[in-house]
Amino acid sequence: MLGFWLYLMSDCLIFAMLFAAYGVLGGNYAAGPSPKDIFDLPLVAVNTTMLLLSSITYGFAMLTMEKGRVGATQAWLAITALFGIAFVSIELNEFSHLIHEGAGPQRSAFLSSFFTLVGTHGLHVTFGLIWMATLMAQVARHGLIAANRRRLMCLSLFWHFLDVIWIGVFTFVYLMGFLR
Amino acid sequence: MNADTHAAQGGHADEPAHGSLRGYLTGFFLSVVLTAVPFWLVMGGVPSSKQATALIIMILAAAQIVVHMIAFLHMNPRSENGWTLMALLFTLVLVGITLSGSLWVMYHLNANMMLDPGMSQMP
Repeated sequence: MLGFWLYLMSDCLIFAMLFAAYGVLGGNYAAGPSPKDIFDLPLVAVNTTMLLLSSITYGFAMLTMEKGRVGATQAWLAITALFGIAFVSIELNEFSHLIHEGAGPQRSAFLSSFFTLVGTHGLHVTFGLIWMATLMAQVARHGLIAANRRRLMCLSLFWHFLDVIWIGVFTFVYLMGFLR
Repeated sequence: MNADTHAAQGGHADEPAHGSLRGYLTGFFLSVVLTAVPFWLVMGGVPSSKQATALIIMILAAAQIVVHMIAFLHMNPRSENGWTLMALLFTLVLVGITLSGSLWVMYHLNANMMLDPGMSQMP
């Protein structure tokens, strides 16, 4: 567990670098669109809700795992995965919308750093979903054995950690961008 | 099965915290409030000053990160003999240096590299 925690801390540093890059470049629009022109705050609010709901449902999965209830654990994991898929889908939809509007990552330094930061987070969530599907298959095959419980604990840390990063994203990128 | 797990890990004390239903629900409720308020402030344009709004939403974000750390990530000074908290604090120091250092240096770089016609007159 400590080893996985140290990995998360190193991941935290990656995000710190990307936040710093966004903080430095976020105002360089190259005469292109500014955050206020392109950000859709109600959509971001929906996305934030999806991730927060997935956090609490993963918590329920951990609580049912504690009680050794395989079926309930699998059900909560499946619900968590659905919220995660909803999050990634909404984000990809937002990205494709921006690119079609001509606000792709190559448009300005602001958009390059925006796509890098938010895209890296989205990629993490995607890998979290692949990991979740893998663990659901493991639990289906072997049950809640000690190894699977440890793996589910690690994924729990990873999943909640991504929600913490998202707090930084919606505050500093979307809300503060809207205030610029 | 529980007894096996604990024996394999050398006793109950080493078992990482999983939290309780009450802890998760409290964390979730606080997170919902701490998310809804900043969105409402910005989308509703409630405070007239942008600086004040920015300051408030930054404080709310910091508060929500602490709530997540305690309620969802189960951070406490005792887990892994305090090493998780030590690692977290060390990382926060590095994150602080990275963010404040980058913004500070690059702001002054931008300010000093402005191609202001008045500047070229200087010796």
